[in-house]
Amino acid sequence: MDEKEKNTGIKLEYEIIKDDFSRAGEASSNIKRVLRQLGIDSSVIRKTAIATYEAEINVVIHSEGGKMVVNIEPDKIEITAKDNGPGIKDIDQAMQKGFSTASQKVRELGFGAGMGLPNMKRSCDEFYIESEFGKGTTVKMIFKL
Amino acid sequence: MVIGDIRELLDAECLWDHDHLNTKVDGAFGCDLMSDCLAFVDERIVLLTGLTNPQVIRTAEMLDINAIVFVRGKIPPQEVIDMAKDMGIALLATKHTLYTSCGILYSNGLKGISIGGME
Ligand SMILES: Nc1ncnc2c1ncn2[C@@H]1O[C@H](COP(=O)(O)OP(=O)(O)OP(=O)(O)O)[C@@H](O)[C@H]1O
Ligand SMILES: [Mg+2]
Repeated sequence: MDEKEKNTGIKLEYEIIKDDFSRAGEASSNIKRVLRQLGIDSSVIRKTAIATYEAEINVVIHSEGGKMVVNIEPDKIEITAKDNGPGIKDIDQAMQKGFSTASQKVRELGFGAGMGLPNMKRSCDEFYIESEFGKGTTVKMIFKL
Repeated sequence: MVIGDIRELLDAECLWDHDHLNTKVDGAFGCDLMSDCLAFVDERIVLLTGLTNPQVIRTAEMLDINAIVFVRGKIPPQEVIDMAKDMGIALLATKHTLYTSCGILYSNGLKGISIGGME
């Protein structure tokens, strides 16, 4: 983890490793702790934590790995999850509740309901998803403070 | 209902020595799907589940859930118990099934949640 503090805000960066099921969620846990230390409103923290965790799990279970970048500014929290592929073929389909390509192993861990992306979108104030099939996916979420 | 009542009603064992027996919960949610839990839970509830992996504790952490009941006699590995202990999340284990556990709590007045923004 890399923690830089600028006068404009706080930037946090986390490496997310593919299929690392025992550590999945550590980045989100850390981010939640930082938000709490900053004294941010607990309902905002909760929404941010839920969406961040869903995004982190998606990188672990669906991608080749990637990173999460958090920017905390006076008026907003910006979370970006960027991975190294394989990308999403049909974003509209992926955004639908219940659509999932999760493996049996992932389902046994309690994921793969196809609820993650819709939940992320609902939890934040602004939601952006970009994906290039064969390249990678970037999800950006903004939470207003 | 407080967590101590839940322990008694379900004849459950505490998996670590927490001080949550007087902590109140407003309802309960039973499932083995963490992403449904993340999507639907909107209140201070106790989570009942048969899953015992670290992601159950992470899910509870993100949702500010402070008590989990493991059903069907499942006991999580020590590292999962330690994780919950670090976060101050109470862990109970009961031999009842998920269905029976929920039935007992419900009939004693602990309500289910109303499905939040995801309907
Ligand atoms: N980072 C990603 N890279 C590649 N595919 C992805 C990525 N994120 C999501 N997807 C695709 O979109 C689908 C829907 O994602 P979503 O998070 O909504 O559900 P899920 O992860 O399958 O299940 P849940 O989130 O309920 O555990 C996934 O099954 C997968 O096919
Ligand atoms: Mg998901």
